[in-house]
Amino acid sequence: MNIHEYQAKAVLAQYGVAVPAGQVAFSVEEAVAAARALGGSGVVKAQIHAGGRGKAGGVKVSKTLEDVEKNARELLGKTLVTHQTGPQGKVVKRLLIEQLTDIQKEYYIGLVLDRGSGRVVMMASAEGGMEIEEVAAKTPEKIFRETVDPAVGLLPYQARKLAFAMGIPNNLVNKAVKFMTALYDCFVDKDCSVAEINPLVVTGGGDVMALDAKLNFDDNALFRHPDIVELRDLDEEDPKEIQASKFDLNYVALDGNIGLMVNGAGLAMATMDTVKYYKGEPANFLDVGGGATEEKVTEAFKIILSDENVRGILVNIFGGIMKCDVIANGVVAAAKQVKLNIPLVVRLEGTNVELGKQILNESGLNIVAADSLADAAQRIVGLV
Amino acid sequence: MSILVNRNTRVITQGITGSAGAFHTKQAMEYGTNVVGGTAPGKGGTTFEGLPVFNTVEQAVRETGANASVIYVPAPFAADAIMEAVDADLDLVICITEGIPVLDMVKVKRFMEGRKTRLIGPNCPGVITPGECKIGIMPGYIHTPGRVGVVSRSGTLTYEAVYQLTVRNIGQSTAVGIGGDPVNGTNFIDVLKMFNEDPDTEAVIMIGEIGGNAEEQAAEWIRANMTKPVTGFIAGATAPPGRRMGHAGAIVSGGSGTAESKIRTMEACGIRIAPTPSEMGATMQAVLEERGLLEKCKVR
Repeated sequence: MNIHEYQAKAVLAQYGVAVPAGQVAFSVEEAVAAARALGGSGVVKAQIHAGGRGKAGGVKVSKTLEDVEKNARELLGKTLVTHQTGPQGKVVKRLLIEQLTDIQKEYYIGLVLDRGSGRVVMMASAEGGMEIEEVAAKTPEKIFRETVDPAVGLLPYQARKLAFAMGIPNNLVNKAVKFMTALYDCFVDKDCSVAEINPLVVTGGGDVMALDAKLNFDDNALFRHPDIVELRDLDEEDPKEIQASKFDLNYVALDGNIGLMVNGAGLAMATMDTVKYYKGEPANFLDVGGGATEEKVTEAFKIILSDENVRGILVNIFGGIMKCDVIANGVVAAAKQVKLNIPLVVRLEGTNVELGKQILNESGLNIVAADSLADAAQRIVGLV
Repeated sequence: MSILVNRNTRVITQGITGSAGAFHTKQAMEYGTNVVGGTAPGKGGTTFEGLPVFNTVEQAVRETGANASVIYVPAPFAADAIMEAVDADLDLVICITEGIPVLDMVKVKRFMEGRKTRLIGPNCPGVITPGECKIGIMPGYIHTPGRVGVVSRSGTLTYEAVYQLTVRNIGQSTAVGIGGDPVNGTNFIDVLKMFNEDPDTEAVIMIGEIGGNAEEQAAEWIRANMTKPVTGFIAGATAPPGRRMGHAGAIVSGGSGTAESKIRTMEACGIRIAPTPSEMGATMQAVLEERGLLEKCKVR
């Protein structure tokens, strides 16, 4: 799960990570009031779930209240297109009004999971403000790493090593260590999947603080973080994906016209690949998961059909934990409920397959049965 | 022979009274797996399908002589269940549970250091040695005893590969699902090593997916060490970057972990890749034929 910059900074501040003073604003009036509280000036920052806002004109330094008003008016409601939003861009509905910062130098700090070692790694670089992927590709020697032992956490010496390596001024190393330790504590305590401070800045006043902040959270751990769940901004998500998440379905919207319902993430990806191989265009990735019920399958069906681009549906189920008769009942119930009038190809295999096929055959619905994944993909591509 | 499990494996189910645990324990017993008991905290002293149920894994192991466990415990409690099994010194723990927080698995991995237990999973279908022992959620009837090994990050794609082999009369020595999570107990290389040393495995199908670089590392290991032919498939060539595709580990980030890069590396290391998932069986059959192994691998 993703949250906004202003929310990330509030979460980080709870752990003692230094961030500039600031206030969220949903209107021009609120923006001006926030700037007034900061002493009559501020940076107006568009809040959307995508990076690259600065380059896209979404961050405006405003020296006077008039500037704040003008910039807030311009940004609110504007569609920002950055390299991460896709060409359609994202509409700005919230602003962060933040204290102006006297930046001496910019750095980078990030925390991610290293899959190879199965541990959290802190990365640091003096190349602040740049895309870390770009730095990693062009000048990997400029990124310093410390792997954290989960039994003891990030140790002060590790943070010191990173601070010295990236060239934090000697007199501020202790502040940087405190910053990094607090960041790690937050990462672990809130079950983050990514924490990125880019840039981390050293100020003229001798502070070490997060000028920008990005926190992503492990969806699997949200059950123990109700406070984080509350920060979810549904405006930033596809409505079909929101609906899917309510029913614990893994759904990702795509641009094509063939709706897919599959069990298992690997098979769902492979089904997308196969449809594409036979020159079809998948409308979605949808994994109905292990313990699906008839209700869940019905809901999955409705979500697929709520996408108006969908011209045909392919159901591909290899039942293990998922029984074919459950899928068949769900498909039949959903098709009847929504009065399905587009082609439906179903391929079933696995536990209770005969029972599943029988339910489909006796349903009186126009369902095309397929024998293999390739057969199913070719049939649905031929029908749309 | 086979790897990891066989007819002598003595299995307990952790979470035996839950709906998934109960259903799949019955299925495993019907398949012929030597299930010797189960655990369900607070239900010790009762029985399930004639099997003794215990409060703790330690007690279950002491009373039944189990050497393996399978975990169906819900995600919030699954990491604890794994560590309980590891502490009871089981040889093998297979965790089926999906949705365990990643940082829980980071702790589990640290906890397991220096201990003898091998963990398979989590978020996996389990392990089956056809005709001898089925531990997990795979449908038993699609398997046939034989000489081709299968290792995969995906559950249902494993079934797909096994089924395609079976309809071609090519049996399987053991099929192992290592799971779709970013942090797991056993990786491709661990399983490939075992297959390489197993006298009854002639060839291996390796099924990967986008995200991470485990497939690339395995490919390099295969080039340097593997004496048996390996064929493969990678799922997710058409997945959009930056999106998590169901499995927590299946995400292309920062241009790394793409299907293209995995396929390129695997092919460069001598692994024949099936162009579509429907051709995993045919690709293996072709390679076995070229190597003169097909007759040996055919089920009579």
